[in-house]
Amino acid sequence: MRLTDLPLRQPAYVDLIDWNALSASDGQRLREFGLCEGASVEALHHGGLLGRGPIACKVGRMTIAMRRSHAAAITVRTGPSDGDL
Amino acid sequence: MTNLPLIALVGNPNAGKSALFNALTGARQKLGNYPGVTVERKAGRFSLSDGRPIELVDLPGTYSLSPTSPDEQVTRDVILGRQAGERLPDALVVVVDASNLDNHLRFALELIALGLPTVVALNMVDLATRDGLELDAHILSRELGVPVISTVAVRKRGLDHLRGELETMLDGSAGKARAPGEQSDFEGLRREARRIARAAVVRETPSRRLTAAVDRVALHPVAGLVLLLALLFIMFQAVYAWSEAPIAMIEGFVASAGDAVTAALPDGLLRSFLVDGVLNGVGSVIVFLPQILILFFFILMLEATGYMVRAAFLMDGLMARVGLSGRAFIPLLSSFACAVPGIMATRTIADPKDRLTTILIAPLMTCSARLPVYAVIIGAFIPARTVALGIGLQGLVLFCLYISGIVGAMLAALVLRRTVTRGASGGFLMEMPKYQWPRPQDIVLGLWQRAVIFLKRAGTIIFTSTVILWVLLSFPKAPEDGAVSQVNYSIAGRVANGLNLVLAPIGFNRDISLALIPAMAAREVAVSALATVYSLDADEDEARLERSLGDRLKDNWPLPTALAFLAWFVFAPQCISTIAVTRRETNGWKWPLFMIGYLFALAYAAAGLTYWTATAAGL
Repeated sequence: MRLTDLPLRQPAYVDLIDWNALSASDGQRLREFGLCEGASVEALHHGGLLGRGPIACKVGRMTIAMRRSHAAAITVRTGPSDGDL
Repeated sequence: MTNLPLIALVGNPNAGKSALFNALTGARQKLGNYPGVTVERKAGRFSLSDGRPIELVDLPGTYSLSPTSPDEQVTRDVILGRQAGERLPDALVVVVDASNLDNHLRFALELIALGLPTVVALNMVDLATRDGLELDAHILSRELGVPVISTVAVRKRGLDHLRGELETMLDGSAGKARAPGEQSDFEGLRREARRIARAAVVRETPSRRLTAAVDRVALHPVAGLVLLLALLFIMFQAVYAWSEAPIAMIEGFVASAGDAVTAALPDGLLRSFLVDGVLNGVGSVIVFLPQILILFFFILMLEATGYMVRAAFLMDGLMARVGLSGRAFIPLLSSFACAVPGIMATRTIADPKDRLTTILIAPLMTCSARLPVYAVIIGAFIPARTVALGIGLQGLVLFCLYISGIVGAMLAALVLRRTVTRGASGGFLMEMPKYQWPRPQDIVLGLWQRAVIFLKRAGTIIFTSTVILWVLLSFPKAPEDGAVSQVNYSIAGRVANGLNLVLAPIGFNRDISLALIPAMAAREVAVSALATVYSLDADEDEARLERSLGDRLKDNWPLPTALAFLAWFVFAPQCISTIAVTRRETNGWKWPLFMIGYLFALAYAAAGLTYWTATAAGL
């Protein structure tokens, strides 16, 4: 499922990131934030009144705010991790 | 030129670099700009234990050596010795957040690989411990191949140890950083960072986190917005309520200084210059120091606690609707203090169109220089009534003026984004720092720096324009017969009378036209200009000298004129510094001229509409 659909406060792992859907600099920034395949991720907050605002999620030990368009490019999976990535 | 050893502080954003910088240098720091770019150069001095002075430069936080914004580019260029006006640092202090090692170590590895003498400051170890994370600095040091010092910058812990390590390093007795490793690619560095971080963890227990708990409220779509609005309202209410007593004190001081000069000097040009020009002019501006400091206090607190990014998160949905990103919220909020740092803060916005739009609307945020103007007019014309529990009418009007600026800015952004700065929005991607209780000394230091900047402004730009205005108002001397007033007869009066032809339709009188000219230098000069005009005009009637500027305005202006004057100041781009910084940031005259044009048009229209509506309503 996509990160946008992940229920709040449910731990998950990044399965796949569609780097082509992100601009080069946004992609670079996400990688710098530690967002990569296998990273643990947890959606914490949806901003905005109609759920159209950005999403705050925990990635590793950081909390990151991103727009829904970024989150939609990230496919996540709940359940145990593949292990050390 | 100094040739002290230069040490650069570098690290990820939110690693606590600035706190470490403040803790090491204290009040011995200087703010400036790198030549050619507007990125702030924050440098300061501190001494090693043997008394040797060191120059420390605090670089903008960045996530890697691949820059995506002008700020990050400077960091890279300084570290590589490519930045004009800066020599290659003799050593690096890499600041990492102890509770976020996986991420911060990657950048640290990238920096260590450069081969400069490097010390790692493992910062905020207390927060990591609170989160149930225990780290071994020795293992970390062994794995990284450089000294690692545990620090808590906000409590000044570990600083002596850090100084000692730098001392050995500068003496050359410490080993150089290890040779650049083979894993220089991003993925390799990331894996290595993760491996080292795991090796250094002694114990890790899951624990409840304060930040998560606070964020459940602070980031809630409804509760969070209510909280943000409440905070902003308290901030503006406090600007009024807390400043009364200190303002009265400064006013008393200026008045007694005026009395002393009047008593000491015979009536004449010199006395008029000192009393009407200097004391009335500059004095009427420095009384606003308390209000400006209160405003900056709130902004510094919001930034230091980590709330500012939350505000950006809450506002992103709204900002996106006018084509901006939540990121623009931070420069815009700091523009409430002053548009100049606000415009400079747009450098963290990567998208050029987002950035340009933010620059163009930043002057609409009610900067603190407008406060003196608002305060005088509101004080004179709006009764100090209570409209509801704890809400005064004067505070409410001030709040409305701020809101008008915000609404105006949002509408302007909407229009600009569809016309001159058309293009896709750059989006919003930010790290949310942990909440932190700010160190009082850091806040005091920030306020001190702002106070010095304001007083310097009062002492230079404001003083100069006040003096020039006094000269232009005092000469040529009007004939003694009293047929024509001194102000009308003076050079300034004649210019103002000409300008008034354009401004009369929107309800402005000659005195306002006159005050608007020097107010181009700095907005608050409008107040000192009015003070000087009325002070000079009051010459014959000694009793009137005792009256406050507010009372004089009340006698001379109808209410619609006062309201139109307020409306003008919501929009007018009256500050040369803002125009200059816009020119510098946009590399040319095209955008500043555009900004001046559109803001004056808005100001004229807003003042006109206010005047005509108020007159029609019989106010």
